[in-house]
Amino acid sequence: MEQFTPLPSLIGGMLIGLSASAMLLFNGKIAGISGIVAGLLSPTKNDTLWRGVFIAGLLTGGLLLRIVSPQVFPMGISRSWAALVLAGMLVGFGTRLGNGCTSGHGVCGLSRFSPRSLIATLTFIATGAAAVYVVNHLLGGTL
Amino acid sequence: MTALVTAFVSGMIFSIGLGISGMTQPAKVTAFLDFTGNWDPSLACVMIGAIAVHAILYRVIRRRPTPLFASAFSIPTRQDIDPRLLGGSALFGIGWGLGGFCPGPAVTSLASGHLSVVLFVAAMIGGMSLYKIVESRQEHKAEVQHGSPTASWLKADS
Repeated sequence: MEQFTPLPSLIGGMLIGLSASAMLLFNGKIAGISGIVAGLLSPTKNDTLWRGVFIAGLLTGGLLLRIVSPQVFPMGISRSWAALVLAGMLVGFGTRLGNGCTSGHGVCGLSRFSPRSLIATLTFIATGAAAVYVVNHLLGGTL
Repeated sequence: MTALVTAFVSGMIFSIGLGISGMTQPAKVTAFLDFTGNWDPSLACVMIGAIAVHAILYRVIRRRPTPLFASAFSIPTRQDIDPRLLGGSALFGIGWGLGGFCPGPAVTSLASGHLSVVLFVAAMIGGMSLYKIVESRQEHKAEVQHGSPTASWLKADS
């Protein structure tokens, strides 16, 4: 537990919950990032612009973070380009097949007490832990 | 127009929350998933904070008949646990553990300009596009076999 950061993580999490609540109150939408991004790949009238603008907001927040506190963007783990491509493909395909990711299922769905989101969240934490076990304990921490 | 401003500001708050919480650091994400190693429970605090706020505000907001700047709420109503939910979540988890990024932090981290993040996000969009292709083929097959334009397993919920 050398890097345990309970307070910043709790405060950051609360901001995420606040953002999800704002999307619901003002726009009536679920702040599920994989769904918002995927919607941009199948543009339909009246359902595309808000997605693009939300993503622009994410990127603007990212730029602010880069200016104010660039240390929040370290890679910190050793991964080859091939490993990153494989990981990205699995995240993209898996979140569409399973209808959500950490935000859509893990935050928004669990907050609604959705049984689907509970099962999804337990599943991706379990397989994520299995993948990390293989990389960290069987392959020596690099992939 | 107002709805676009609120979407933009929500996106900004979301990514700043991700940055403060530690979710944009793959080493921290994989340390959370490393239950048998040097476990870092920080990400559990992220979920507790996010769910504590949203679970309360969700119930307050849903007392309204409509959102403020849209005609209706778009909220998933499905309750069934199907193989797609399990399989998709399982694949996503493997990718999350291997790369240390889930979609929100990956998109936010594009701002860092790191090539590894650009590569990850490009592959993620590739994976989503691949899904779209597979989905439209299945849909076509279902149409040919059953004369129904949408197979039941294709009904999306989020």
